[in-house]
Amino acid sequence: MKNYILKFWQILFTIMIGMKVTFRHLFIPAVTIQYPTVRPEMPERERNRLYVNMDDCIGCLQCERACPVNCIEIEIVKSIPGEDLGITSNGKKKALWVTKFDIDIAKCCYCELCVFPCPTDCIYMTDVYEFSEFERDNFIYDFVTLTPDEKEEKKKNYEEFKLKKEAEKAIAAEKKAEEEAAKKKESGTESENTTDDKPE
Amino acid sequence: MIYDWLYSLTGSEMIAIGVQSLLPLYLFILPFALVAVLLERKVAAHMQDRLGPMRVGYHGLLQTIADILKLLQKEDTVAADIDKKFFDLSPLLVFAGSYAAFAAIPFSGAFMGSNIDLGIIYIVAVTGLVVAGILMGGWASNNKYSLLGAMRAAAQIISFEIPTLLIVVTVIMITGTMNLYTMSEWQTGYFWNWLILGGPDFGIAKILLTPLMLMAFLIIFLSTLAEVNRTPFDIPEAESEIVAGYHTEYSGMKFAIFFLAEYANMFAISAVVSALFFGGYQSPFGYLGNLLEIGWLIPIEQFFWFTAKGVFFVLVQMWLRWTLPRFRVDQLMSFCWKYLIPISFVLLLLVGLITVL
Repeated sequence: MKNYILKFWQILFTIMIGMKVTFRHLFIPAVTIQYPTVRPEMPERERNRLYVNMDDCIGCLQCERACPVNCIEIEIVKSIPGEDLGITSNGKKKALWVTKFDIDIAKCCYCELCVFPCPTDCIYMTDVYEFSEFERDNFIYDFVTLTPDEKEEKKKNYEEFKLKKEAEKAIAAEKKAEEEAAKKKESGTESENTTDDKPE
Repeated sequence: MIYDWLYSLTGSEMIAIGVQSLLPLYLFILPFALVAVLLERKVAAHMQDRLGPMRVGYHGLLQTIADILKLLQKEDTVAADIDKKFFDLSPLLVFAGSYAAFAAIPFSGAFMGSNIDLGIIYIVAVTGLVVAGILMGGWASNNKYSLLGAMRAAAQIISFEIPTLLIVVTVIMITGTMNLYTMSEWQTGYFWNWLILGGPDFGIAKILLTPLMLMAFLIIFLSTLAEVNRTPFDIPEAESEIVAGYHTEYSGMKFAIFFLAEYANMFAISAVVSALFFGGYQSPFGYLGNLLEIGWLIPIEQFFWFTAKGVFFVLVQMWLRWTLPRFRVDQLMSFCWKYLIPISFVLLLLVGLITVL
């Protein structure tokens, strides 16, 4: 009988304790953050979407090599002498045209390994974390600032420059060979048959 | 009474009865359900340190209206092998059962659906329709979860009707009436005249009755709570065990009617408990209308107090819901048969002795 009353009293008493707890929580401010209107504060070293500041990029390909998932694709074209590509913000002289700088953000694993090797700090993590897309192709971010025409022009320029240089080289080589041949002719008669190899 | 006024206005009994019987539904239960659903969500959220609905209107005020618009547009899904007739009838029966209880509840001194002398017994009896409706819905759904939920609901409601009735009988022994209107009038005056504090008769009986009435109030509150299937007694619709219990197969407006019936029930039992123990529509501090000698103000004040008490008990129900976990079936039954029923029998005996002496 005593147990019975005690148990009933305990039932009521524990219910009261629970109700006290919930009543206290009724007046504790909510922890909810109204997300799209109120943004949560991100941690200091958050890792989100990558961004490349192309003004500073010198096309060194270090980020492409560092990437463990190969999501960065870079193509570079050498500049021809006389072209001024400008100076990066930390004083390095640019020597390469970057004609392709694609980051496939769908592949990116946000490891930040590409950020550290960059000599000019031009690739970095931003605080943007909402970039869902309906098309998978939209995830390939193109950072190149050159227009397609410009890209073609740079490539053509370099090809022409290369051809010209090769031609110059060939001429120089010919000249050298001729000079050598002349020298040999002068120095001795024994080495005369070597002149047969000389390109005509 | 509003009926006499309506009768003198229209001159037709039919119109007067029709209007009077629909008044509580449109003027009270529907707006109350709208508010209570939002209130429940807000209370639940804040007890769990959340915010609840915040998007529709200021702090989510219009959320329930948006939900109802959504429910109205929803497809009324009907599974292939159900018993269509009874499936459609069930929500109506459940709602009819809970709405019929409002007929005998005095909303204020001037409005009461039907001034019947059986009052409280009628309410207990007519809510039996809810069991029939639930069982019908569970059976007609042809779904094991629905049937399980309906069986649980029937077992639970019938078990908990016993302590409810025993306490009701105890109260009737003191007041000497079954009519809720006369019962409320009997407790008139100030709050120390309420039955929870021993009723209006001063003397030794009042002092003896007060602790017993406190117990009686606790028991009837818990058992009526179990009768309307609210947490912690919500095993008929236990989400984690049997999907949604008896309304698993219902969607759209039929589900909404079940929902409406639940909230109507919540208010009905709050009103009954306050009518039995807390003076019904009586003000605890006297009336402003008496003080200023404005006759028509008193019924309005009474309606305000009635609503306030009802909403207070509804809030307590919500509070309990978000405090306690769900009972197991065996715990529920042992709570009813081992604790509530014996204690209410003891109360019945003690109160009988006191009233005889």
